[in-house]
Amino acid sequence: MEGIFGNLAIGFIEVFKLQAITIAGMTMTLPFNIIMCLIGVLLGTLIGVLPGIGPVATIAMLLPVTFNLAPIAALIMLAGIYYGAQYGGSTTAILVNLPGESSSVVTCLDGYQMARRGRAGPALATAAIGSFFAGCVATLVVAMFAPPLAEVALKFGPAEYFSLMVLGLVAAVVLAHGSLIKAIAMVILGLLLGLVGTDVNSGVLRFSFGISEMADGIGFVTVAMGMFGICEIIANLEQKEHREVFTSKVGSLMPSKEDFKRMVAPILRGTLLGSALGILPGGGALLASFGAYTLEKKVSRNSHEFGKGAIEGVAAPESANNAGAQTSFIPLLTLGIPSNAVMALMIGAMMIQGIAPGPQVMTERPQLFWGMIASMWVGNLMLVILNLPLIGMWIKLLTVPYRYLYPSILLFMAIGVFSISNQPFDCFLMACFGLLGYVCVKLGCEPAPLILGFILGPLMEENLRRAMLLSRGDPWVFISPSKPISMGFLLAAIVLLVIIALPALRKKREMVFVEEK
Amino acid sequence: MKIKSQQDWWAGWMFIGFGLFFIVAAIGTPEFIDKMVGTRLIPGYQMGSSVRMGPAYFPVVLGGMLACLGLLVLLDSIIEEGPKVAKFHFRPLLFIAVSSLAFAYLLKPLGLVLASIILVFISAYGGHEFKWKEVAIMSVVLVIFSVLVFVKGLSLPFPVCPGFIEICPIR
Repeated sequence: MEGIFGNLAIGFIEVFKLQAITIAGMTMTLPFNIIMCLIGVLLGTLIGVLPGIGPVATIAMLLPVTFNLAPIAALIMLAGIYYGAQYGGSTTAILVNLPGESSSVVTCLDGYQMARRGRAGPALATAAIGSFFAGCVATLVVAMFAPPLAEVALKFGPAEYFSLMVLGLVAAVVLAHGSLIKAIAMVILGLLLGLVGTDVNSGVLRFSFGISEMADGIGFVTVAMGMFGICEIIANLEQKEHREVFTSKVGSLMPSKEDFKRMVAPILRGTLLGSALGILPGGGALLASFGAYTLEKKVSRNSHEFGKGAIEGVAAPESANNAGAQTSFIPLLTLGIPSNAVMALMIGAMMIQGIAPGPQVMTERPQLFWGMIASMWVGNLMLVILNLPLIGMWIKLLTVPYRYLYPSILLFMAIGVFSISNQPFDCFLMACFGLLGYVCVKLGCEPAPLILGFILGPLMEENLRRAMLLSRGDPWVFISPSKPISMGFLLAAIVLLVIIALPALRKKREMVFVEEK
Repeated sequence: MKIKSQQDWWAGWMFIGFGLFFIVAAIGTPEFIDKMVGTRLIPGYQMGSSVRMGPAYFPVVLGGMLACLGLLVLLDSIIEEGPKVAKFHFRPLLFIAVSSLAFAYLLKPLGLVLASIILVFISAYGGHEFKWKEVAIMSVVLVIFSVLVFVKGLSLPFPVCPGFIEICPIR
């Protein structure tokens, strides 16, 4: 236990460190990391509140901006966007019955009903309290579980890494919704696209077709912005917008004594479940909130009230999605494996900064590692202090029509992509991936698995090559008894696939996701 | 044979297409096609062996898997009932794509100010409502914001004014 607090202390010192910063020619001494954290959580809340723009597109948009920042400042800000979006998403869900964020879909069910009964204030407060508590616990969970996991991972060879990536990708696909085969196909397409560019082993230019701009491969930012940003804008422009803010006055925020009594157990259960589900590959905020709502509906004494404005139905999923959002950093920080699209972007951000994600980050850059974890707690505190008083402002922002928003988003994306290499070609590629993303969505293929595959493509090939070289071309190396860890990972992946492919379970899985919608 | 799921039908073809594309690009065009054309169309890369994998090895394996999965999706489309392909909306697609391309290729010759204004106008035209006054105000605000944040604040090396204006008021 002492070790954890010692490590967290390193982190807090890093977060509160004063730095000399030069902005527009002026040099100032500021606690820069805190400021970046504040910017991150505010921006996260903002895009969480606004339906039609999610954390994936926002983080992709900001990646080029982080080129000029110190690694720690960049990662703190980007992480803040992700968990900030979980706070913001609930506001829209409760007040407008629209999920501002996909993970707050289930909050709509009971949160909006509470708002209709004039209890919007307590609902918002419950969401904030639950999220804050979950954030605190999840920070501790990350601090406790990350070091031992990283230690285990340090012993992994190429075979173990390859199998781990297979398991990670399979699990991410199984837990995502939509057709399983199509999701796996999207992963493979992503892996292939990730291979474009110079082959590190032979120096051969692959799939670049004589285009000099593709020699370094396709930029990660370009793909993410096209598949998520551009595609989201086009999809949003399809529908005529109609957005009504139900409650213009929120009223008293304070939950009653009875409310407090009823929210304690759901918050605890939600936090626990969320933390556990967040660690799983493919988990994260979305799965956590949905799981927590279902669990709460089963165990609650007031289950007849669910769907009619039960406070448990707000407290549990809101704590769970925040806990899940934070614990999904564990596989990223310890194994270098992304568990969802946002984490894939975080890997991209680390690579841009010249940090190879993996277990060595913790030992080689303890300040970065612990600073990021400490910043999560600080960020959660900021969110709960700032957001409740700022709710009025967020509601006003909700009334901004989408036709003002999307040209701005598009402009920032274009500037960001252009600035990567100062070439117009990247913008062209972004438009191409926007088109591909749009076609994929129309054909019922999720773009998120593609991004996961894209980021892991080169790593997977590298580890496969090394493992095969070490085993002298024997493919059984991955499941031989001499490599029990690798065998375990692959067996787990196969079991997952078989379970999901069983017809009975397949029906159930489809039902679950239909209910969610 | 009847196509029961249009979505899966087209998705299947898309995956098969991508899979074959990567295989052909990796190992080169088949011999008979080369003979028909007379030259080597796509040279391809070395396969290598499973011990020392060449640059073509992994892509060919993945491309093969992708094409097989595409075939499965295709089969599924004639067995199981599925949704139709939702209507494509070409107007937003076209305007969003054109506006970002126009911005990219006009940024260097025309400068950030004009390129941004062009992007805002074209993309706004792709929406449901287009009001000249609103869009004009929006573009002015966005231009000021992006010059301040990106050029001044983050010092991105963008030209601000068009190349043909000798003296630029903003530096």
